[in-house]
Amino acid sequence: MRFLLRRLAHAAFLLFAVSILTYLFASLAPGDYFDEMRLNPQIAPQTVVALRAQYRLDRPLPLRYVRWLDSVVHGDLGYSFSYNSSVAPLLLVRARNTLVLTLTAALLAWGLALPLGVRSAEHVGRLPDALVSWMTAGLLVVPDVVLALGLLLFAARSGWFPTGGLVSIDFDSLSLGRKLLDLVLHIMLPVSVLVLTALPVLVRHVRSAMAGVLEAPFLQTARGHGIPRRRLLYRYALPAAANPLISLFGFSVGTLLSGSLLVEVVMSWPGLGPLLVEAILSRDLYVVIGGVLLSTLFLVIGNLIADLLLYWADPRIRVE
Amino acid sequence: MTKRRKLVKWLVVLGALHGVVACAGFLSPYDPTEQDRERPYAPPVRLHFRDTQRRFHIRPFLYPLRVREGSFAQFDEDTARVTPVRFFVDGSSYRLLGLVPCRLHLFGAFPARICLLGTDGYGRDQLSRILYGGQVSLAAGLLGAGITLLFGLGIGTAAGYYGGWRDDVLMRLAELFMALPWLYLLLGLRAFLPLSVRPTQAFLLIVIVIGLVGWARPARLIRSVVLSFKERDFVRAARGFGASDGYILIRHILPETSSVLLTQAAILVPQYILAEMALSFLGLGVPEPLASWGNLLANLRQYSVLMSYWWMYLPAVAIVPFFIGYLGLASALQEWADPSKWA
Repeated sequence: MRFLLRRLAHAAFLLFAVSILTYLFASLAPGDYFDEMRLNPQIAPQTVVALRAQYRLDRPLPLRYVRWLDSVVHGDLGYSFSYNSSVAPLLLVRARNTLVLTLTAALLAWGLALPLGVRSAEHVGRLPDALVSWMTAGLLVVPDVVLALGLLLFAARSGWFPTGGLVSIDFDSLSLGRKLLDLVLHIMLPVSVLVLTALPVLVRHVRSAMAGVLEAPFLQTARGHGIPRRRLLYRYALPAAANPLISLFGFSVGTLLSGSLLVEVVMSWPGLGPLLVEAILSRDLYVVIGGVLLSTLFLVIGNLIADLLLYWADPRIRVE
Repeated sequence: MTKRRKLVKWLVVLGALHGVVACAGFLSPYDPTEQDRERPYAPPVRLHFRDTQRRFHIRPFLYPLRVREGSFAQFDEDTARVTPVRFFVDGSSYRLLGLVPCRLHLFGAFPARICLLGTDGYGRDQLSRILYGGQVSLAAGLLGAGITLLFGLGIGTAAGYYGGWRDDVLMRLAELFMALPWLYLLLGLRAFLPLSVRPTQAFLLIVIVIGLVGWARPARLIRSVVLSFKERDFVRAARGFGASDGYILIRHILPETSSVLLTQAAILVPQYILAEMALSFLGLGVPEPLASWGNLLANLRQYSVLMSYWWMYLPAVAIVPFFIGYLGLASALQEWADPSKWA
C-alpha cells in the first residue's frame, strides 16, 4: 500500500512539475495570439490592449499561472483563442481518438510480440529465431514516417483502404455492422504503422527476457516432470520473465504516443497530433500546454498501470 | 578481432553514405533551387540505349519531356530529339564540401534537363534536392547529437562526481524530461519559439531544440559510469597525491565515459535525423527554399501529390540506408565496448 501511495505521489509531483515547466516556457515565448492583430490596420491598438487585458495576458507571470491552475481545477484547462472555447472539451474529443488508436495499437503490438518473442527464445539460434530476428531487424530500419507515408501511398493507389479520417462521410446512415466495418477500415492503416514500429523493440525484449529464464534450473526440473510445452512456457516461464517486460509496457506507452502524433498527422486521424500542430502554428498557447500535459498524463497513467501490474506480479515488491 | 572488423565495416559503410551526401554539389546535376516552371511534377526521366530506329548507342541518352497536347502536367517523350548524357560537365556553381568553389558535375545533359528522380511542383530536380536535403538533415542529426552529448556529459559528470543535493536535483530533472513523450516535448519546446524566421536561423533553432530534448538519458548513463569510477583505487591514489578535481576528471574519469558516449552517439544521430524530419514534415522545421528530407516529404501531405506523383516519396527511401548503417554501428559498438567493464 505504501508502495502505491508513493508512486501516486510521485506521479502527481511529476505532473505538477511538467505544468510549471511548460507554463514557464510558454510565458517566456516571444509573441502571443494577439500579435498578429496588432499588425492588422483594421484593429485599433486599444482593442488589442483591451483584449489582452480581457484574457489577463497583461498580468504578472505567477498570477497568470495561479489563474490557469484554477481553471485546470475547474476542468477548463485555460482558454483557446482561436476556437473561442475552453480548452478541455476541445482536447477531450481529440484525446479520445488518440487513445482509441494507441490502446488498440498497444494491445495488438503486445499480443503479437509475446508469442513471437517466446517462440524465438524457445528456439534460440534455430530457424524460427532467425526468421523473427530478420523480421525485427527489417522493421527496425524503417522509421515510422517512412512506413506511414508508404502505407498511405499504397492505400491511395490500391483504393483498398480509406486514406484518412476517423469515419466515412455517410457514417451516420450506415447500419451498426457497417459502422463497425467502416471504423475498422479507417483505423487499420494508422494502427498497423504503430504496431509495426513498436513491434521489433518489444519482440527483442521479450526474447531476451525469456531466453534468460528458460535456462533456469526450475524450468529444467519442470521439463523433466513432463509438463507440456505450452503450459511450461506461458504458465511458468513467462511470469518469471515478466518483470522487465512490465516496466517496458509503461515505457512503450510513451513511444506509442509520440509515434501516434506523427501518424495522426500523416493519416489525418482527428487526434491530439493535428490539433497540437495547428495550435502551435496559430500560437494558441493554452491548447499547446493542455496537449503536452495530457500526453504526460497518459504516460504517467501508463507507468502507474505498469507499477500496479508489477505489484500484482512480483511478490517481492508486496513484501517490501 | 572480429568485433573490431565489424566495427570498421560499419564505419566504412557510414563514411561512404555521408560522403555521398557531403559531395551533393558534385553528384547532383543542378542547383536544388533551380526551377523549371514549364515542367512541374515531371516524372523520372528514362535513360535509353536504343533509339526509335532500333539503333544502339554506347552513350545512354534521354528524350526531352514535353507537355502532352491539351493537358496540364502530363508529359510525353519527344522522340525526335536525342539528348545524350554527358559526364563531368560544367554547370551551376557550388562549393565542394562547402569550401572549394567548383562548377564540375558528375553528369548532365544539354539542352534538355536530366532529372533522374523527376521534379517537384516548381520543376526543381528531385535528385539534387534529396542530396542537398540530406546535408541539412544529417547536419541537424549530427549537431543535435553533439549538443545532447555535451549537455549529458556535463550534467552527468556533475551529478555523479559531486553527488549530494546536486545529484538529487539534476536526476529529478532528468526524470522529468524522460517522463514526457519526446515528440510532444519537442513540439512543446518548438511551440514557444519564433515561427517565421530565416532558413538558417530556423535550422539552428531546431538543432538546438532537438539537442536539448534528449540530454536526460545520456546524462544518467554517464553519471553511473562516473559513480563507479570515482571510488576506484587509481582515482583515490591520484587524489592522495594531491590531484585537483579537474585533473582527476579529465585524466582519469572522462576517458572512461568514451564508450558510452560513442554508443549513445550512434543511437542518437538517427533518432535526431528523424526528429528533424518530423518537425520539418509538420511545417515547424526547416522552411523552403532550403531542402531537407522532412520538408521534401511535406509535399505528400497534399492528397493530389500523394495520388499522382510517386517519386515525391523517394526522400523517405533515402533515409533507410542511413538507418541500417547507424543501427549496425550501434550494435557493433555495444559489442566492442563490453559493458561488463564497469558492472
